[in-house]
Amino acid sequence: MELLFSAIGWIFDGSHWKAGSQNPFPIQDRLVEHLLYTFVSVGIAALIALPLGFFIGHTGRGRQFVIAFTGAMRALPTLGLLFFLLMVFGYFLSYDTAPIVGATIAFVILAIPSMLAGAYSGLEAVDRQVIDAARANGMTEWQILTKVEIPLALPLIIGGVRAATLQVIATVTIASYAGLGGLGQIISNGIGLNDYDRILGGALLVIVLALGVDALFALAQRLTATQGLTDHRPATSGRSSSRSAGPHASTGA
Amino acid sequence: MIEFRGVTKRFPDGTEAVADFNLVLPSRKTTVFVGSSGCGKTTLLRMINRMIDPTEGQILIDDVDVASQDKVKLRRSIGYVLQASGLLPHRKVIDNVATVPVLKGTPKAEARAAALELLDKVGLDRSLADRYPRQLSGGQQQRVGVARALASDPNVLLMDEPFGAVDPIVRDDLQVELNRLQRELGKTIVFVTHDIDEAFVLADQVVILSKGGVIAQAGTPAEILAAPANDFVASFIGADKSKRDLHLQQREGDGGLTLVVDGDGRPLGVLGSDQTGSSSS
Ligand SMILES: Nc1ncnc2c1ncn2[C@@H]1O[C@H](COP(=O)(O)OP(=O)(O)OP(=O)(O)O)[C@@H](O)[C@H]1O
Ligand SMILES: [Mg+2]
Repeated sequence: MELLFSAIGWIFDGSHWKAGSQNPFPIQDRLVEHLLYTFVSVGIAALIALPLGFFIGHTGRGRQFVIAFTGAMRALPTLGLLFFLLMVFGYFLSYDTAPIVGATIAFVILAIPSMLAGAYSGLEAVDRQVIDAARANGMTEWQILTKVEIPLALPLIIGGVRAATLQVIATVTIASYAGLGGLGQIISNGIGLNDYDRILGGALLVIVLALGVDALFALAQRLTATQGLTDHRPATSGRSSSRSAGPHASTGA
Repeated sequence: MIEFRGVTKRFPDGTEAVADFNLVLPSRKTTVFVGSSGCGKTTLLRMINRMIDPTEGQILIDDVDVASQDKVKLRRSIGYVLQASGLLPHRKVIDNVATVPVLKGTPKAEARAAALELLDKVGLDRSLADRYPRQLSGGQQQRVGVARALASDPNVLLMDEPFGAVDPIVRDDLQVELNRLQRELGKTIVFVTHDIDEAFVLADQVVILSKGGVIAQAGTPAEILAAPANDFVASFIGADKSKRDLHLQQREGDGGLTLVVDGDGRPLGVLGSDQTGSSSS
């Protein structure tokens, strides 16, 4: 317990936040690096995984292939992959860029499976009757995708992005091994100095960051779970007994 | 007028749902396809708006082959009501009704105003406009489905067991209102059901189908009731049972009322004083 309080005190020590102070400080720089890696990797992964997931979910084609493929991707140990990529890119790229490229690719590969699964399973979960009626009403395939399938699948799609983001936030901590900074650098620096405040403080910062980002996603999921998908009747009808937990009722949790 | 010419539908797995089907569905009349499950009713209906393409043959609407038309345009010009309403759960009732006009480029405000009037037309209170489909009863959802199908003022209305999932009393209501709407609007309606009584209530032309989309008999309800073409039709419409075998029974003590009773003597109702109008189709 004492250890914990001491680490918290370490975090709130103003000198650790002062701009221009010695590596691994200031903390906010490491935080920004951490977030930057996370968002760039998740962003690139989203550009690949979401369109692919939408295509598979909409057409039903390529599903078997993708399940096998994402399974294999998930089995890849990210740390091993990171070092492998660092070695490979070390041959082709300069000393500065090789770690950035290698690490980013490793994080992208880490993020793709969850997002892909969220996208296609979200689309697959949309009621076939609703899609059929939309098509029969004369919506084009593109309109069915953008006006029906994606809006209805949004909570699950965001769920996939959420899972991927959390995985990446946790894993970016190892980016410090590649000399890339991030909150992991505080931890590895602390290990080097045998400074428990630093180790625990850095770990706490990773946890807080993860929880904060997760809370934002939870909020987004709640907001995008359209009113029509929860079973609340308008207040005027006053029939609370008619509320029942629909299949989507729990997705915002 | 809708015309089926030698239409055959074979699904990829080899199922022949409809074979060499020929039929004319007159304009501004209601044609009801009726038959037991799996006889090809839905397949026939969905070939009209090209949700399914026939393997052989042609379907013409006002002498134009539907195969020559753009699918999306064709579907926007035809109203379609399904059994499960198929409303968009994330859109309010009003926006569901306005779906097709908005797709066609009608400004949203204008489409919504028209949608409100349609709610009146199908007997829904305007206060329901801002609800989501899930906040409506099954019967109300079906009415919204009908309103949506009518929104672009199509000439042709396809209805696939639209009242199949609601309770019998609500279904009776919906049938009466559909007849009222039809008198007002005069659409070419193609209606699918497996309930022969529903078919008789709604149809100008009843088409009784047996397995594989074979027409067992087509005609007005009166023609079919009066002269079932074969045993299959007779048993399908229940003519072989006592419920269609109606008699009039004069009651002594009840002030000279005439009762209508079935073959088992169950009273079905009282004969009205105006007996002439009741048999018109
Ligand atoms: N996509 C499909 N692939 C293969 N067979 C199909 C397909 N759709 C329908 N069928 C078959 O075609 C036949 C006719 O089906 P259809 O849906 O038209 O029947 P229906 O008369 O509408 O039945 P119901 O009253 O149960 O709705 C059935 O034997 C059915 O199994
Ligand atoms: Mg059917």
